[in-house]
Amino acid sequence: MRVQQISIFLENKEGRLAKVTDVLGQNGINIRALSIADTTDFGILRLIVNKPQLAYQVLKDQGFTVSTTDVIAVEVSDQPGGLSSILRLLEKVGINIEYLYAFVTQTTTAALIVFRVEQVDEAIELLQANGVRIVPGDKVYQI
Amino acid sequence: MSLYWDAYHETMSREQLAEIQLKRLKSLVERVYTYVPFYRQAFQEKGITLGDIRSLSDLKYLPFTTKKDLRDTYPFGLFAVPRSEIVRMHASSGTTGKPIVVGYTKKDLETWSDLVARCITMVGGTKEDVVQNSYGYGLFTGGLGIHYGTERLGATIVPISGGNTARQIMLMQDFGTTILTCTPSYALYLADEIHAAGIDLKNLRLKAGIFGAEPWSNNMRDQLEEKLGIRAHDIYGLSEVLGPGVAIECAYKNGLHICEDHFIPEIIDPVTEEPLPYGERGELVFTTLTKEGFPVIRYRTRDISALYPEKCACGRTHLRMERITGRTDDMLIIRGVNVFPTQIESVLLEFGETEPHYLLVVDRKASMDDLEIHVELSSKMFSDKIAGLEVLERKLRSRILSVLGISAKIKLVEPKSLPRSEGKAKRVIDKREL
Repeated sequence: MRVQQISIFLENKEGRLAKVTDVLGQNGINIRALSIADTTDFGILRLIVNKPQLAYQVLKDQGFTVSTTDVIAVEVSDQPGGLSSILRLLEKVGINIEYLYAFVTQTTTAALIVFRVEQVDEAIELLQANGVRIVPGDKVYQI
Repeated sequence: MSLYWDAYHETMSREQLAEIQLKRLKSLVERVYTYVPFYRQAFQEKGITLGDIRSLSDLKYLPFTTKKDLRDTYPFGLFAVPRSEIVRMHASSGTTGKPIVVGYTKKDLETWSDLVARCITMVGGTKEDVVQNSYGYGLFTGGLGIHYGTERLGATIVPISGGNTARQIMLMQDFGTTILTCTPSYALYLADEIHAAGIDLKNLRLKAGIFGAEPWSNNMRDQLEEKLGIRAHDIYGLSEVLGPGVAIECAYKNGLHICEDHFIPEIIDPVTEEPLPYGERGELVFTTLTKEGFPVIRYRTRDISALYPEKCACGRTHLRMERITGRTDDMLIIRGVNVFPTQIESVLLEFGETEPHYLLVVDRKASMDDLEIHVELSSKMFSDKIAGLEVLERKLRSRILSVLGISAKIKLVEPKSLPRSEGKAKRVIDKREL
């Protein structure tokens, strides 16, 4: 049920993000979702792509500092309180969300939320038990 | 395989050694007094006449020679033989003005080769070895010094000089290089490139490295030994004194044995200029006992070291010098605190989480010194969370503070983004206009 996310260390200087997208494009890798967390000096680019293992390898070969992280993607119904109910579930059992980001797709009306938590298996179990729809990696890559 | 190149001189008793040193010192003083007007005048100014050197302890009455003296007498003013007796000249890079020129007679080159052969033997080298010499050839003494010493030993030399890393690695594999000689920073660069190329260390025959020409730390040694699967030995020398071959670490790596039958070392307080006792750290000073072309009396190296007299487990009786921890002229004074780049290198490597490539940027803003340490982030430490990287920055910062007593800004940068050097690493950018 896990989704593989690629994280890349980027110094805050011109052209680094473009270099990443160039490398991915040249290798036929399609970006599904991205988010950037930044500080004054550096940023961390997080990507969901259609071929995570290939993306990891080609970026590494190009000299980027890159890692893979397992995250969870859930479908959230597009209505007030949709996200809130999921966050409450996790909060109740003390699972802390490190970060999250959302993306919308053409194939579904619901929004997809990507979560990063330490206790991945626990969180998946909990969400499933409460009827939250989790989108597995192979589905997310093909969206 | 012999443990020593010159067992007689390397293991002689301190008394015998002192006897040889005194005899050679007297002859040296006589030579420079007779043939080098600069020294004759310096001796006269101190009221020293030839008969005054009766024991080794009289050395302290002799005048010092400084880098400035060498510049002021440019190019041949300190040569002690006619120019026609000089068969080779070397020179420093002269980045701060006119270069320092040093001349060697035929016999000097023989002595030099012999001492480098002694050094290579000390790290376990024999005529069976293949020495890849990646020190620069030319006016710099590193390349040719190692070259002729290797030939003297009878080992096989690969005179590749610095640079052209892909070719270095190819030859290392194809020629079965067993000993690598270069600056430690270039060795590290080579190691990284070897790993990046996915070459298994089992396919290399490297067993030892002879690294010098810039100060480096013990942590850097650990890195090199691990990454290259070798023993890394520190070699010491400077063209003003001879070139490589003045001192080197034996298998016990407990300081560098100084070839004392040819050089008398002293440690002085750089400010008071008084000699310091064994074990105390200060400026290293050398007197060359046997050089003909360009002898020096009490040359102030500006290198910081200490001397240890105990006999080494390897059986050698020659003094050991502590590895150079810095230079009086490389020393940065930041907010009044003495900082050597090697101290920072040591802290970074202690963490093992960042690449040991770093750059110190010093600036002065509003009359306050500002130190930024640029550190290449390794994938080992990279975290997908900002907080993870901030923790690393904080840990480095606090360690620097406790080691150096000053605060510094840590700037994590991408791998391979700092300039690489094929010779001496550029570790400091000082933007202060002092």
